[in-house]
Amino acid sequence: MNFDFADEAPKLAMLLYGVVAFVAVVGGLLLLLDVIPAQLARRRQARLTAAVAAGTPLEPGRRRSREGLFALFFLLPTVLMLGIGLVIPAIRTLVLSLKNGDSTEWVGLRNYSWMVDRPEIVDILWNTALWVLLVPLLATSVGLIYAVLVDRARLEALAKSLIFLPMAISFVGAGIIWKFVYAFRPAGADQIGLLNQIWVWLGGEPQQWLANPPLNTLLLIVVMIWIQAGFAMVVLSAAIKAIPTDMIEAARIDGVNAWQQFWRITLPGIRPALVVVVVTISIATLKLFDIVRTMTNGNFNTNVIATEMYNQAFRYGQTGQGSALAVVLFILVIPIVIYQVRSLRRQREV
Amino acid sequence: MTTTTPTRAGTDAPATIAGRVRRRLNTRWATAASIVIAIVWTIPTFGLLVSSFRPEDQIKTTGWWTFFADPQLTLENYEQVLFGRSSSAGQLASYFLNSIVITLPSVLFPLAFAALAAYALAWINFRGRDWIYIGIFALQIVPLQMALVPLLSFFSQGISVGGIELLPAWNLDDEQRFIQVWFAHTCFALPLGVFLLHNFVSQLPRDLMEAARVDGATHPKIFRTIVLPLITPALAAYGIFQFLWVWNDLLVALIFAGGGDETAPLTVRLAELAGTRGNEWQRLTSGAFVAIVVPLLVFLSLQRYFVRGLLAGSVKG
Repeated sequence: MNFDFADEAPKLAMLLYGVVAFVAVVGGLLLLLDVIPAQLARRRQARLTAAVAAGTPLEPGRRRSREGLFALFFLLPTVLMLGIGLVIPAIRTLVLSLKNGDSTEWVGLRNYSWMVDRPEIVDILWNTALWVLLVPLLATSVGLIYAVLVDRARLEALAKSLIFLPMAISFVGAGIIWKFVYAFRPAGADQIGLLNQIWVWLGGEPQQWLANPPLNTLLLIVVMIWIQAGFAMVVLSAAIKAIPTDMIEAARIDGVNAWQQFWRITLPGIRPALVVVVVTISIATLKLFDIVRTMTNGNFNTNVIATEMYNQAFRYGQTGQGSALAVVLFILVIPIVIYQVRSLRRQREV
Repeated sequence: MTTTTPTRAGTDAPATIAGRVRRRLNTRWATAASIVIAIVWTIPTFGLLVSSFRPEDQIKTTGWWTFFADPQLTLENYEQVLFGRSSSAGQLASYFLNSIVITLPSVLFPLAFAALAAYALAWINFRGRDWIYIGIFALQIVPLQMALVPLLSFFSQGISVGGIELLPAWNLDDEQRFIQVWFAHTCFALPLGVFLLHNFVSQLPRDLMEAARVDGATHPKIFRTIVLPLITPALAAYGIFQFLWVWNDLLVALIFAGGGDETAPLTVRLAELAGTRGNEWQRLTSGAFVAIVVPLLVFLSLQRYFVRGLLAGSVKG
């Protein structure tokens, strides 16, 4: 054991600074906000006495601007951080996507046409499409089926925890867990990966699962489904429980069987939750980075937009092409969000 | 009603026994199916957990399922991966500490800022309030990939428009780079945080707020003494969410913390180990568990809050 605590002291000092900064910023802000109204009250008091003494009426509309001052201080940290950290950078990314690799020259839309010209980037777009199509569909289906199956069953809480647990595991951790499942040993040797062992038991030759496109992308997709099904299950389970029981009882009395009950009552009842789940998972999948990077590092034709964006911008120094990929990611999110907003609005009108 | 009842009773009567059998069969199938799904979902993690306690030569030569025929336990993998000094060992203890240093402020700052903003947007009347709210709400859809390149160049070069320097470069190195990571995580967390907490804060009873105003309480006072205690469950939910997000994040850490053992968190180190030492399963299995165990504990002990927050955020929309 060579772990040396002295080496780690600077980190703990940084943590201390961080916490002190937090207390100073937030505490200072609240303190400031306490002092200002006291000051203002005193000044208004003075003005009031002066006005009464002079016999002039008080000017109205003072209160509103004071409210504005409060709002300013309450909102200042958030607006500043969002401006510096998100709004300005996003606009700059848009601009950078029209420039060349080291941002010295304008190149128009060449970074975008580059994507459709290069076959390897086209492959990446197809891979991403496969991800966004399959993950929301399958993760939501599994989550929904499971939520229906365990609804009001014995040990429901435990059963739900088991599926929900992967939500707490990082994508990197999940990547390693599944890489182990897909591990490969040459034929003849004992397999250490569960999938290959099952495959061998069934009479197959051991496979290098992660090296064979397009199967490898599907196997990575399984990992994402494994993580997201729990999220779908929890949200949909709550929605199922929110369906009024008298509706279900009425259906029972009418002699509706379980299958019909699912299609005619459960499914329409949870439609809004279903839309939210599908949209949330779609967006998360679109931005997926960690799983691909951990499991294959984008080799064997498994790259997706987010990993290629990282490679272009931070490994190859192609800022323009990386930024263009980020913009494409952003553009792909927009229709999904529009769909959600529209279906929610339709829901409210009904 | 009276006319239809007999016919239905007629069709139902013979079906009751068959129907009861079928229903029991149905629930039996349902139970079986749910158990199968539960097993499929649990077994990969279980296999990794079992493997992490097996001796190295056994992990590398036999499947973890043979463990039950020949159980041999060891803690050596964990000792190696946490404290081993050779560069091929994980040295994860150091990265573990980095994860903690990154996570704490990255949870505290967005929590406080979002709570303040949510209160202002819900209960202070000022011009342009709706526009600011819509703006923050809309920022949720901007992928953080859109911000990475310029934000990194801001940290290293500052912001200048047309040759005029608006903000200076930060020029941080070694441990100071934690500040970059905190800053980035806080920025990226705020849109969702403000949205979630606003959902909660805006539903506090209006009477309560007005009564406090009439009593002469100022906004900061109301915020501290009335709002904060009432929104504790929401703060807990969002805090857990943000904690899991930061602890499990790879992309932001990779870019803003770098890969060295001064600042990089567990996820970065693990991804690196998986890439360069993909066959050192004795280290990967135990290392993965070192990274998983903290969020798992937080998650299991606070699951109730987390689920509530998840539902508040997603179902209300």
